[in-house]
Amino acid sequence: MGHGPAVKLGKDNASPYKTRLGINMFIFYTLFYVGFIAINAVKPSLFEMTFGGLNLAVIYGIGLIVFAFILALIYNSLCTKAELRMNK
Amino acid sequence: MIYAQSPLAIGLFSCFVLFVVGLSFYLGRRTTSASGYYAAGGNIHWFTNGIAFAGDYLSAASFLGICGMIATAGYDGWMYAVGYLAGWMVALFLVAEPMKRLGKFTFTDALDSKFNSKSIQLMAAISTLVVSVFYLIPQMVGAGTLVTPLLGLPHAAGVVIVGVVVTIIVATAGMASTTYVQFMKGGLLLIFSTILVIAVLNRGLSTTPDQGGTKPYHDFVTLQATVADDGSLQLSDPSFVATADWKTSTFGEASFVKLSKDGVDSIWKMTEVATGLELEETLYKAELAGGAVVYNGGTAEDGKFFAVGHMKEIIVNGETVTQTGALGPFAFLQTVQNSNIVLWGSKIIKDGESSYTVYYQKPTLGSKILRPGMKFKVDNATASEKFNFISLMLALFCGTAALPHILIRYYTVPSQAAARKSTIVAIAAIGFFYLLTLFMGIGAMTNGVINIMDNNMSAPLLALSFGVVLFAIISSIAFATVLGTVAGLIVAASGAVAHDLMDNFLGMNMTDKGKVMAGKLAACVVGGIAIYLGIVFEGMNVSFLVGWAFALAASANLPAILMLLFWDKTTARGVASSIGVGLVSAMGLILISPDMYIRYGLLPTDAPISFNSPALISIPLSFLTLVIVSLLTQKDVNRGHATEAA
Repeated sequence: MGHGPAVKLGKDNASPYKTRLGINMFIFYTLFYVGFIAINAVKPSLFEMTFGGLNLAVIYGIGLIVFAFILALIYNSLCTKAELRMNK
Repeated sequence: MIYAQSPLAIGLFSCFVLFVVGLSFYLGRRTTSASGYYAAGGNIHWFTNGIAFAGDYLSAASFLGICGMIATAGYDGWMYAVGYLAGWMVALFLVAEPMKRLGKFTFTDALDSKFNSKSIQLMAAISTLVVSVFYLIPQMVGAGTLVTPLLGLPHAAGVVIVGVVVTIIVATAGMASTTYVQFMKGGLLLIFSTILVIAVLNRGLSTTPDQGGTKPYHDFVTLQATVADDGSLQLSDPSFVATADWKTSTFGEASFVKLSKDGVDSIWKMTEVATGLELEETLYKAELAGGAVVYNGGTAEDGKFFAVGHMKEIIVNGETVTQTGALGPFAFLQTVQNSNIVLWGSKIIKDGESSYTVYYQKPTLGSKILRPGMKFKVDNATASEKFNFISLMLALFCGTAALPHILIRYYTVPSQAAARKSTIVAIAAIGFFYLLTLFMGIGAMTNGVINIMDNNMSAPLLALSFGVVLFAIISSIAFATVLGTVAGLIVAASGAVAHDLMDNFLGMNMTDKGKVMAGKLAACVVGGIAIYLGIVFEGMNVSFLVGWAFALAASANLPAILMLLFWDKTTARGVASSIGVGLVSAMGLILISPDMYIRYGLLPTDAPISFNSPALISIPLSFLTLVIVSLLTQKDVNRGHATEAA
């Protein structure tokens, strides 16, 4: 059978920690995304509320993109630290 | 008619093609192993891979489709971008590292890593092929759409050019050349989209967008009219004449009137006002009984069908102005939100054997444009409309991490940490690009550059308003966009045929060299099929089929991937059944959807279901199938038969 990684990978002791962290952060971001869909489905007029001159729709949309990047950086930082700590 | 062939664009495109083909032959000489061909040797740097992810992912649908949709439907077009980007979080948090750990060359490898199951190998390969082909068709159709206005060649020529070039790229060096083509394309797309957005912000907003003083905006005329005692129409400009049956004709019944001046017909939208009637100039395309096609009373070359898109009223700090000057990004959005913009509606009117598509002005408040509701009905929506919207957003969220051509990119990096980091680079690059699309789309909406008959060209035409050099570069990048994505799809599809089906499922036990040869042959065959489908499906809506591909991938692949990773009781039969049920249910629901009924020439109301996006049914169904079948086949696991006989 031609399975297994294309390159040889070392043992990763941090794998269980990263999996748990990934699931938790996934749930966190998904709730934020669900909130966006829920406003659309339940009370779309909420998106017309303005904050600092911009409406909620634009702020939420930009927020989903920027928040994704921030969470990704946090996730990477925690995973890298765990790898350094557990794979000594 | 709105655009002309640019020698510079042709030259730049030719240079790019020659460069990537040359690079492919160079890399091809060094690609002799299966690992080199299918996974670029697994030694691509994470940053290169991250930008290549962006190059792979930002297809014609993202660049041309989303910008065009924002240009004509505002925020609703951008919701696709938000959904696509959110899908990358599924990839980062749940899929990236396990995919790297479990797989070798294809997504099937990862699914089958625990089982060595013939049924998984077959079902996952079929799923890869189906999803890749559905994704390939719109890319190839997009190639034909681009080549016609830009190079002056017929649709088929564009499809053949892209098909042949991409097949050469893939058949020479596989994933290695594909990666570098995608890296260059991704990088160029980000750099020049940023330049275009800076130019848009620097120009600001105007009620008469004259493209930096180079091209006066067509001033759409409004006429006043009254109805005389004999029923005839008396116009404020007597050089126009209305027909005697203006009120009872099919035009009149649809609130339009056909006027004639100097032997040229024009169509006007009628609105009742206190003084009588107000007539607003429209644009129209007529397919006449004899087969001739007329654009606003002239031929395509006459240039009477104008580019559109302008602000009706600009409000800055509570005051009405005619132009703003340079604006920062937030001030730009604020000004649009507080102002009034002219969008365009369309209406098809049959007049005897002739068919008229009339495009009319729809002044719309910016506050409505910069919130959902122009395309998706969210206000006072029915349960079915809400279901459709939620289902689409679910497909976008779940589709990304299940696209085979995206998943195989995880095998090109050396470690799990590199897989993770490359996903983060991809999120940064793709997220930044999607922020730019909002400004490019609204820029096209307000700069008088939209070809209302085909909004896919909005971004290149916005670039044209800043000069032919930027237009040539953006157009070449648009071609490169298609090349990069199609190359990734052909690698995924050829891997499914050569590695999953021939080597694993059929057990042909090929040598390493034989696997590379099989992959190259498969790439040529898939490339040929892609060319054929691109020609056959000419005219099919590009984003429509991409939506299909996302729904199919999310339904067929994601439940299997996630349950394999996070549920210990998952069995081989459970995985194979879930792929089959996800694929068949998603495709079945699409085929009986109202949108498809329109394409069959039937009434959408006759469709047995009232929604177009199947994900909200097919994804849970696929999960449920996996759970039930896995629980029913636990006996196999307990007896030590978790793996089917190979």
